[in-house]
Amino acid sequence: MTVLLDVKDLRVRFRTLGAIRAKLAGVADPFLDAVLDVSFQLRAGTTFGLVGESGSGKSTLGRAILGLTPIESGTIRFDGMAPMGLSGSALSAYRRNAAMMFQDPVASLSPRLTVKALITEPFVIHGLKDRDLDAEARRLLDMVGLPANFAGRYPHQLSGGQARRVGVARALALEPKLIIADEPTAGLDVSVQGEILNLMARLQRELGLTYLIITHNLAVVRHICDEMAIMYMGRFVECGPTAEIFANPGHPYTHGLLAAQPHPDPDRRRQDVELKGEVPSLARRPSGCEFHTRCPRAKERCSTERPEPREIVPGQTLRCHYPLLDPAA
Amino acid sequence: MSVPASDPIASAALPAGTAAPRGAGVFRQIARDPMGLLGLTLATLLVVTGLFADWLAPYDPIGIDVRNRFADPSWAHPLGTDNLGRDLLSRVIAGSQIALIVAFCTTFLAMIGGLVLGLIAGYGPRWLDNTLLLLFDSIYSFPYIMLALAVITLFGSSFFIVILVIAVTTLPAYARLVRTSTLGIKNSEFVLAERSLGARAPRILFRHIMPNILGPLLIIVSMDIPVVITVEAGLSFLGLGVPPPAPSWGRILNEGYSFIRQSYWIVIAGGLPLILATLGFTFLGESLRDIFDPKLRKRG
Amino acid sequence: MAAVHPVIAPEARADAVLDVRDLSIDFATPRGPVHALREVNLTVPRGSVVGVVGESGSGKTTLISAAMRLLPDNAELRGGAVLFEGEDVLRMSPQALRNLRGQRISMVFQDPMTALNPVLSIGQQMVDIQYRDRGLGRAAKKRKAAELLRRVGIPDPMQRLGNYPHEFSGGMRQRIAIAMALLGNPELLIADEPTTALDVTMEAQIIHLLRELQQDYQSSILFISHNLGLIAELCDYVVILYAGTVVEQGTVRDVFHRPQHPYTEALLVCDPALLQDVTRELPTIPGDVPDLVNLPRGCIFAERCPRVFERCRAEDPATRWVSAGHAARCHLASPLERS
Repeated sequence: MTVLLDVKDLRVRFRTLGAIRAKLAGVADPFLDAVLDVSFQLRAGTTFGLVGESGSGKSTLGRAILGLTPIESGTIRFDGMAPMGLSGSALSAYRRNAAMMFQDPVASLSPRLTVKALITEPFVIHGLKDRDLDAEARRLLDMVGLPANFAGRYPHQLSGGQARRVGVARALALEPKLIIADEPTAGLDVSVQGEILNLMARLQRELGLTYLIITHNLAVVRHICDEMAIMYMGRFVECGPTAEIFANPGHPYTHGLLAAQPHPDPDRRRQDVELKGEVPSLARRPSGCEFHTRCPRAKERCSTERPEPREIVPGQTLRCHYPLLDPAA
Repeated sequence: MSVPASDPIASAALPAGTAAPRGAGVFRQIARDPMGLLGLTLATLLVVTGLFADWLAPYDPIGIDVRNRFADPSWAHPLGTDNLGRDLLSRVIAGSQIALIVAFCTTFLAMIGGLVLGLIAGYGPRWLDNTLLLLFDSIYSFPYIMLALAVITLFGSSFFIVILVIAVTTLPAYARLVRTSTLGIKNSEFVLAERSLGARAPRILFRHIMPNILGPLLIIVSMDIPVVITVEAGLSFLGLGVPPPAPSWGRILNEGYSFIRQSYWIVIAGGLPLILATLGFTFLGESLRDIFDPKLRKRG
Repeated sequence: MAAVHPVIAPEARADAVLDVRDLSIDFATPRGPVHALREVNLTVPRGSVVGVVGESGSGKTTLISAAMRLLPDNAELRGGAVLFEGEDVLRMSPQALRNLRGQRISMVFQDPMTALNPVLSIGQQMVDIQYRDRGLGRAAKKRKAAELLRRVGIPDPMQRLGNYPHEFSGGMRQRIAIAMALLGNPELLIADEPTTALDVTMEAQIIHLLRELQQDYQSSILFISHNLGLIAELCDYVVILYAGTVVEQGTVRDVFHRPQHPYTEALLVCDPALLQDVTRELPTIPGDVPDLVNLPRGCIFAERCPRVFERCRAEDPATRWVSAGHAARCHLASPLERS
């Protein structure tokens, strides 16, 4: 299968202090690394899950891929082109091919616009004047399973699930190849979650879409993602096929995350919490392996030497000196 | 501890138009509030008088009739005449036109200017924001009387100069309000969503950010109309306003003040419409504010 | 039709901290009254954790507001009572209410900043809320605050008393909010989605902490959540709310292992964590929550129920017992005769 998105050594950093203030305060490095050394490939027609806690850099990575956040170094190739160097019409073409769905279903819709205006706006922005906007609105609403009379509604008149469908319709308007979905199920009831995910799966089958799904919900990732990556403090700590990772988590952090998922069975209560403490501040990045401060398997080496990514099993890469997976096996 | 405002049931049940009632509904809501009704009546009266001033005025407002100086109010001259024998009722009616033109032109100019500059300051780069803020604050800290004196000494007094001076001095307040709201909205998720679609800054500013700011801005502007009317009257009173012989209320007051011992009614004729107009627009503005933004009422 | 049966076994009801009886609440809206809660029965037995599960629009928030009598102005009590230690909260004197809120009942919110004042140090806030305790000096109150902070897992509590809320992470703030809620030794703790804003690893820690505290202090907790996993993890009893009615309640084991109401069943099936096999076709509950202004005739769930039959659309089912302490509001629930 062809590679649609190829990310290499991506780094995104945020300035915490202005240049002059940093000088005055004597801060040598007024930057925070939000995404560090991230490399991965996204094959066309598949779904990739980005998993991590808040501050892991998963949302920043998604925004950086779309050019909403400037990147510090590294390359992003989309369909063989490098969009970050592009400008003008080529960048506009990239924007048509890669769409984003944002976290909050209602708040990501401009509040004073009707549903019709919202879902046909991509055509207006990209100057597609020959389109019949009424027909397009009907087509898109039908595609996401909303009745045509929703065209006149405003965002605050929609339920979370309906607003989410409008978000999907908007993302689909320009027939993109890639959709980046930031927490597509956040704020939705369990029964509605399933509807949205099924809708996305159906559209993927029908339109051959490629998804990059950013989420903290591992139960969802397990069902809908072909491949996944677990992020911790801006790095991929583990990356590989979803089924493999769920069956044999290699990184202690992955294992801890999986163990932290509550199971809806009163007979399977956990007696102890595996991962204690919390993600350190990005301003105080631990030396060596960033996870050593919380890792139950950490040894001395972990606090001094940073583990490089290793392919333990074919396809499954992780950054750990002492992985749970035995490379010999 | 307060009741969670996001009760799904309570909020889901609210009608669609909680954001802004439209059309005839607004008038009905104003009429329900006694102060609002009073304000609406006074304001309508003023607007109608201003619009039809030329027909309503029984005499030429600047026509001098020396034989009839300081005439007491009578059937012929319901408000009497002034020191040059001009009919005061006609002058007051003509004055309403001036007050209205100045008030609406000024607030409109200030609103447009404040809106554009505020949007640019809020959405633009940091240096531009800082520069504009400095500009707003400098104007804000400058007393408008001084500015008016300086400008009129330089360019002479005219209708246009008066409007410009008041507009420039009221603009910073609007610009700051717009800037603050823009700063709040520009990082919201829907603006990010628009950017991800490839929308450019003007589209984001005018199609997505502006409609969300316009409501509160219009409320503030409508409450500023009476302030502008008094400011214009003040300038005219000091001789810095609309040049004579135009019958501004401030000028009528000023002239009446000189002859207050001979005929006190000149001051009343100039002052009463000013008071009624100010009160009318204030009540109307407050009523509108309560309807469109009930949150402001609790704070105020 | 009034639910005539008491829902939790009478022996549990006798020693209940909170006992909600046939509570019905409407909200006045321009469209007409919204029937937010209808004949809700719920009991929190002393020393137990009761979970309330409900999707949006189920009336969870209204239920908590009623328990604290913090209902909005447009709320109208249609009937029923909220008995706290035998006394009806909805008919309490203002003086008794003041004692109730924050002292006898405390709350932990989804957003810990709701309970924390951003401009006061947490030490100051924790001393302030002990104002009722006149016998204790300031130093002793500080020691008590520090002790509780240590208990909820804040390292160096004595030093950290001087810090302000923004100097703590989200998880730490929630721990502090829990410590503050426990400071007055409340008889009932209401936790309203306390982990929704937190990451999974922090969520697991907070749930673990709540369970430990519950065992140490024998507290009674009303735990509101939409996360079935957390309910299973923490609660003894569970109450399933749907569109303003209790459709099922019982012990967590009974309800999770032998759900008697089709809605409960559907909820459990929909939870992706419960699906054994990986699938792209996730189960859903088709349809929407009914309009609470124009309630449908018959069973409230009939429109979406996979097992609906004629009677469901005609007659609102009564609450029926399936086994001791386990009840469901469904025509299909097989009732168990009680002597």
